[in-house]
Amino acid sequence: MSAPRERAAARWYDAEAGPLVRPYAMTGGRTRPGAAGVPLDLIALVAAVDTGPGPGEDSLLGPEHRALLSLCAAGVQSVAELAADADLPVGVVRVLVGDLLQAGHVQVSRPVPPARLPDERILREVIDGLRAL
Amino acid sequence: MAVDSTPRTDPDSALALKILVAGGFGAGKTTLVGAVSEIRPLRTEEQLTEAGAGIDDTGGVSRKTTTTVAMDFGRITIRSGLSLYLFGTPGQDRFWFLWDELAHGALGAVVLADTRRLADCFAAVDYFEHRRIPFVVAVNCFPGARSFGAHEVSRALDLDRGTPVVLCDARDRDSGKEVLVRLVEYAGRMHAARMLDSVG
Repeated sequence: MSAPRERAAARWYDAEAGPLVRPYAMTGGRTRPGAAGVPLDLIALVAAVDTGPGPGEDSLLGPEHRALLSLCAAGVQSVAELAADADLPVGVVRVLVGDLLQAGHVQVSRPVPPARLPDERILREVIDGLRAL
Repeated sequence: MAVDSTPRTDPDSALALKILVAGGFGAGKTTLVGAVSEIRPLRTEEQLTEAGAGIDDTGGVSRKTTTTVAMDFGRITIRSGLSLYLFGTPGQDRFWFLWDELAHGALGAVVLADTRRLADCFAAVDYFEHRRIPFVVAVNCFPGARSFGAHEVSRALDLDRGTPVVLCDARDRDSGKEVLVRLVEYAGRMHAARMLDSVG
């Protein structure tokens, strides 16, 4: 009986334990985007502007920045998708995308969605699109 | 268009719409998102900061409580550049303060109801009514639960007149799609009515 327990004790830091790096260590302790910072909505769309800096360039970018850039390079991604795919909390992704935006590596559309509804033509398109699925 | 040098990935031409899926714990939110989403439902975590009751004057630091909540979301691509994102909101009522952030700019909401525990969705109904966010109540017809008509559910929830109540099976893709169609139609009607109000 004791063997499995010992094994479990030795491996307490499995996936269930969560990441060993505190999330906001990746942002240098920042919980809000920098000066150009806008509060990014979950559905704000992020597109890569360029292929990003080469491996030697721009040492300000950490591995998480680069991971997000490569996700965006594959196509426009929402903040929510970036967070899920990079396995990072949304708050961290907001800060990191803010950095990328400031450095000119990405473009963000509708950081905050307009409060009014889209026009009728769009709604019609959504309804027809849903029916056709 | 010939002079348009915008790259194809230009996010400005892309439109993303947000639909919230609310309801009590176990009402089928994740199931509904999974049934209609074209991608495997993704899980993300949102860190919420709720301002504390008091402010520490001496330190000038406000006391805040941070909570991490999980959210499920899925995506439906209508066409290139037009996508629908569905977010399953946290089940517990105590996270109601999250909804403001989530609900901002939302096209509308689906409130999933379980007739065995109808009271569980009161908080969501109240919230969307107060914020005037278009919503439909989708009654998830669980096997074994007594079936109620849409009208009975509407009365039991004391819904505003016109709020659609749809019977559905959250596990079924077509049923889930129908719920979304009803929501978007209703959102369009509400929008048109408000436009008339504002000019009249």
